[in-house]
Amino acid sequence: MNTLVSNAKPSSILYLDGVSVSFDGFKALNALSFVIEPGELRAIIGPNGAGKTTMMDIITGKTRPDSGEVFFKGTIDLTQKDEAEIAQLGIGRKFQKPTVFESHTVWDNLELALNRKRGVFSTLFYRLTAGDKARIEEILSTVRLMNRKDDLAANLSHGQKQWLEIGMLLAQEPELLLVDEPVAGMTDAETAETAILLKEIAKTRSVVVVEHDMGFIRDLGVKVTCLAEGSVLAEGSIDFVSADQKVIENYLGR
Amino acid sequence: MITSFLAKALGRNIVITVAILLALAALVPALNLLTAPDHPLHVPTYIVSLFGKYLTYALLALALDLVWGFCGILSLGHAAFFALGGYAMGMYLMRQIGARGSYGNPLLPDFMVFLNWKELPWFWQGFDMFWFAALMAVLVPGLLAFVFGWFAFRSRVNGVYLSIITQAMTFALLLAFFRNDMGFGGNNGLTDFKDILGFNIQSNGTRSALFAASAIALALSLVVTSGIVRSKYGKILVGVRDAESRTRFLGYRVEHMKLFAFVVSAMMAGVAGALYVPQVGIINPGEFEPANSIEVVIWTAVGGRGTLIGPIVGAILVNGGKSVFTAAFPEFWLFALGGLFVLVTLFLPRGIVGTARQFFERRKEYRKAKAVEEARAFAAAEPQAAE
Repeated sequence: MNTLVSNAKPSSILYLDGVSVSFDGFKALNALSFVIEPGELRAIIGPNGAGKTTMMDIITGKTRPDSGEVFFKGTIDLTQKDEAEIAQLGIGRKFQKPTVFESHTVWDNLELALNRKRGVFSTLFYRLTAGDKARIEEILSTVRLMNRKDDLAANLSHGQKQWLEIGMLLAQEPELLLVDEPVAGMTDAETAETAILLKEIAKTRSVVVVEHDMGFIRDLGVKVTCLAEGSVLAEGSIDFVSADQKVIENYLGR
Repeated sequence: MITSFLAKALGRNIVITVAILLALAALVPALNLLTAPDHPLHVPTYIVSLFGKYLTYALLALALDLVWGFCGILSLGHAAFFALGGYAMGMYLMRQIGARGSYGNPLLPDFMVFLNWKELPWFWQGFDMFWFAALMAVLVPGLLAFVFGWFAFRSRVNGVYLSIITQAMTFALLLAFFRNDMGFGGNNGLTDFKDILGFNIQSNGTRSALFAASAIALALSLVVTSGIVRSKYGKILVGVRDAESRTRFLGYRVEHMKLFAFVVSAMMAGVAGALYVPQVGIINPGEFEPANSIEVVIWTAVGGRGTLIGPIVGAILVNGGKSVFTAAFPEFWLFALGGLFVLVTLFLPRGIVGTARQFFERRKEYRKAKAVEEARAFAAAEPQAAE
């Protein structure tokens, strides 16, 4: 497995090899290895405590691994960088619970997310340019929030907050998007729309989606990685993975 | 660049407040100096100094609000920056005394002669020049805030832990300034000031000028703070307050954002302290008292944290109340202050200005909704007319 993973390193967008981390003796990740190709949309499933969120924490620099390699675009060692640097490199992250700036308007949320100079003085003297305005309007229509642009984010519905957060990630113009449970708490209609939105986004960038909703993953129709106890249990199409005996025992059968 | 920064800064409420402050800066000295003491509009000098002091408190509260109201950093040590600015000004005023001190030493302040010191310590050099002292009143608090903030924010010390170490900072400075061999007059501090920039510090004219300077400093700081919080940077500050990790994952260096606000705030507190000392005529280590910093938090909370006018209103109201209250029932002031804090926290969590603003916004929204409804009812009643 490891040699196979190593060969893929130069051409990959995200490369994890033998990543382990433990908290107070509990092994959250145990020699986790997988590779995401450029432009790929990948779904990650697994029972609670399988290490899905820890994996995202490691990729985005929130947690440092005890051992193992994490590389972005084949050459950039992510274990040496912090959250802000990793975000500036082009990795966006959506949290499990929608996390937007509640006391700002929808428009301001996107303006802050826009991939522009992020220093103290460049933001202090920032002026909205016509280009930035057009970009924000484009994102507003992509995430279907044009008519709510002047409303406070706090007043959006749960599903709209999820979309706003996805819009903020788009504004960041990442090459790799990590999305944690995007349809949790959404209605069926919203779930279906979110699947369309994510497929649309994946046309121009790589996306990793962590999700529990099997129907949603079937809608996405992409390669699935199943995690359990901090390592990869099975990888392949949804039908292949859901037929796997170990997956049924560990996850689906429960 | 600067013009757009200013254009954003000058909202309607800010313009009104700045206008009021500038009008006061002109009017109060005029009424003090140009009217006879028995004139009905005469403002006595003690009132000028008292309100001049309140204005410096308002500036201190505004400084705290920038970090607490807009960035969520509850500093319980802001009086330390205020006191440091005050000491810088006090050192200048001490050196202006010259040979007029009790011991008549032309170079050394009285307390140094008393301690049998032979020469001026190195850190007292330059304080005979006003510009140098004024610069230090801003730079020293700024530098302390920079060093303190650099370590605290980089190590991601947050919430109550940060509050506790800011409190420890001011307490450590309190103990240090109490020591005689620190060279700042120890327990007694610096006092017996004679003149400032060549003018007698007790004279009505100087008192009025200090009042005007305080009002102008507050107005300028209000414009700068407003420019900061209305810029994109200010929106990021609020983002840090409400969802710090989101800000980080958007690629902003949260520690730099906090550090800038903290340093600017400390410098404003330093200016406030430098204006305070000549008006009260003394600076001693008591200004570093942890309780002083906590009082600033109360003024800000009463007026409304996260609004710019709130801390100004709060500082003036609470201190005005304190002056009246301590004259009438000196024993009970601390109970009243504690009670006020509890009441505001429970019933006016947004403070006076925040609650008023919420009321006006709700009324505006209600009127808007009502107008839409009426328009609809009108259209429904007369379908032909609507077409």
